[in-house]
Amino acid sequence: MTRSSRRGWMLSAAAVAAIAAFLAGCGGSSSSTSSAGSASSGSSTGASASKSPIVIGSSLSLSGDFSADGQAFEKGYQLWAKDINAAGGLLGHPVKLDIVSDASSPAQVVTNYQKLISSDHAKLVFGPFSTLLTVPSSKVVNRFGYAFVEGAGGAPAAFGNGLKNIFDVSLPVKDNLVPFAKYIASLPASQRPKTAAYATSDDPFTEPQIPVARSILEAAGIKTVYNKVFPAEVTDYTPIATSVATSKADVMVLGSVDVPTVSAFIHTFIQQHYNPKAFIATAGPDQGADFLKAVGGASNAEGVMYPNGWYPGYANAASQKLVSEYVAKYGGTASDVNADVAEAYSVGQAVAQAVAATHSLDNAKIIAYLHSPVTLNSVQGPVKFDSLGENGAAAAFVFQWQKGNQVQVLPTGASGSKAVEYPKPNWGS
Amino acid sequence: MNASSLAKAVIDGILTGGVYALMAAGLTLIFGVMDIINIAQGALIVLGAYMSYVLSVHLGIDLFVGLVITIPAFFVLGVFIEWAFMRRLRDQERTAMSILVTYAVAIIIEGALSVIFGVDYLQLQAPYVNDTFHLLGFYLPYIYVFGFLLAVGLMGVLYYILYRTHFGRGVRGSLQNRSAAELIGVNVNRVRALSVGIGVSVTAAGGMVFGATNSFNPSSGYDLISRLLSIVILAGLGSIGGALIAAIFMVTLEDVVAVVWSPVWATLVYYASLVVVLSFMPNGLFGKAAVRAQ
Repeated sequence: MTRSSRRGWMLSAAAVAAIAAFLAGCGGSSSSTSSAGSASSGSSTGASASKSPIVIGSSLSLSGDFSADGQAFEKGYQLWAKDINAAGGLLGHPVKLDIVSDASSPAQVVTNYQKLISSDHAKLVFGPFSTLLTVPSSKVVNRFGYAFVEGAGGAPAAFGNGLKNIFDVSLPVKDNLVPFAKYIASLPASQRPKTAAYATSDDPFTEPQIPVARSILEAAGIKTVYNKVFPAEVTDYTPIATSVATSKADVMVLGSVDVPTVSAFIHTFIQQHYNPKAFIATAGPDQGADFLKAVGGASNAEGVMYPNGWYPGYANAASQKLVSEYVAKYGGTASDVNADVAEAYSVGQAVAQAVAATHSLDNAKIIAYLHSPVTLNSVQGPVKFDSLGENGAAAAFVFQWQKGNQVQVLPTGASGSKAVEYPKPNWGS
Repeated sequence: MNASSLAKAVIDGILTGGVYALMAAGLTLIFGVMDIINIAQGALIVLGAYMSYVLSVHLGIDLFVGLVITIPAFFVLGVFIEWAFMRRLRDQERTAMSILVTYAVAIIIEGALSVIFGVDYLQLQAPYVNDTFHLLGFYLPYIYVFGFLLAVGLMGVLYYILYRTHFGRGVRGSLQNRSAAELIGVNVNRVRALSVGIGVSVTAAGGMVFGATNSFNPSSGYDLISRLLSIVILAGLGSIGGALIAAIFMVTLEDVVAVVWSPVWATLVYYASLVVVLSFMPNGLFGKAAVRAQ
């Protein structure tokens, strides 16, 4: 290569890199977020704004497979930061969020937390999205002695490493499907399904949920006719979904982590004219309008169920305030606020209460406090950590798409609960 | 598992394989002509899906009719990408450096799509996306049948252009010996730009079918690239017809294993088949040298 040609190529490469970096930044592959808006919020804000900010770091999946959830989490953290600063900050200091993107990569998330703590000197850290990313990052955060409060790493895999610094403010995922399974099992024998199919991604979030539900349903005499695990990296779900359809199971339980998985199964079920009496997916249908667009509208979502620990109509004053603030800042309607936002907001609430109670940013004191038998408040309801760091006080709900709306159907006695649509109508009706 | 399930898995594999071949066609063409491994292929497929989405949702244009617009638009885009990014790669380092440069192109496309559309998942909708017809006891989705026919048709056109036209001879000649091709009057830069344009234009069709059969967002392309590369490597880099056969072979094998054995093993078998074939046929099923000699 001649010197001039090398120079030309290098200039081209540099231009490409610069454009790519710019657009990737615009696209949200990484971001650094301060607590904008706090300066105009109340007199206490003015006092706190004059003090040095407390940097709180977090790695979120702003691109990649979990980008929709990661960006919702970012909004939850931002809303909490805005509110806490409006209320005077932490110990009188304003909060500044330092959020970096992990692109949904378990390798990148580890690097990110090392950087946040050792280079960015974050005083506190908040968790990432998903158990898949929480497990590796919790280990590195533990090495620095930091408390690791998170809202989306509730699978057993996150709590099986003997770490004392991890706390999940949300519902432990293994219990997610219990209300659904108990409801199906409680149906009169004449209405009760006879067969069930189970298919799940090999993800730490989904896999623990299936055996719990299956044991309840089998105890009620519901025969398992299909039970398979599929790799998370599958791109063609057709053979798996077709096998489920061929089984003609009355109940279909899908262990999914995102919208594309559920959407692929539903489209195949429609194509194969398979209409189960009940269909529940562990994640995906909770994504509101995003889910509806993927499955082709409300008629294809009718009767689809999903478990969760929170919903926009949750009868909790702080929760309603969060929903209002979200709509005011990001637009849309209350139904556009998915549980990710509340999970993230709850993380901030738990940490803020621990800091206030200990009058300290000392992570060792915060960890000790969170392990004490104290009940905290959050937009998701009470938070009480057990010895592992799981929230033993979390509520478990099941939701169902009915006429284009997500309604809470289980437990049946909960405030605002509506009747379960059973059997599920045929697709498209 | 019964014979009916096995037969359905084979049918699904053949139809889905056609869709994958359509998505891989541009990748193998661009490598065949320029020795460039286009890592941006996945992002271009997603871009094609978004263009079809815009035409369908905002202008009410049918997905297949919309190809009349998206294919020429992608041809122009391909020519631009060749001019802006690929032409500057020197022969000695073309293949290795192309991975880096086209990865940058993928990031640019992903970033732009994220800014414009956000990260929410979409799926293309049309009556024939979910509709099926009943044949020999099986429900066959129209979208997969149409996608398969589109793949066979477009790959036939590509094959004809490359191996049965004067332009195609120029393309292959400029690759085999650039200096000799220039001496006999072939405008090598023009031929290469047009070739990339053709390769990218086919990707518009692949993107449409992908978007009608899968949910997608700006980062969905990364899930595709390893599978598409496997298909074109198994086929023999540069082989158009081989890509169709390899895609059908690999996807059918994967579907059968998923049904007969387990979905967990299906992915492993998919890639293991690549290793086994390459062990005995290092140039793939339809090796590069043989194809270019046609």
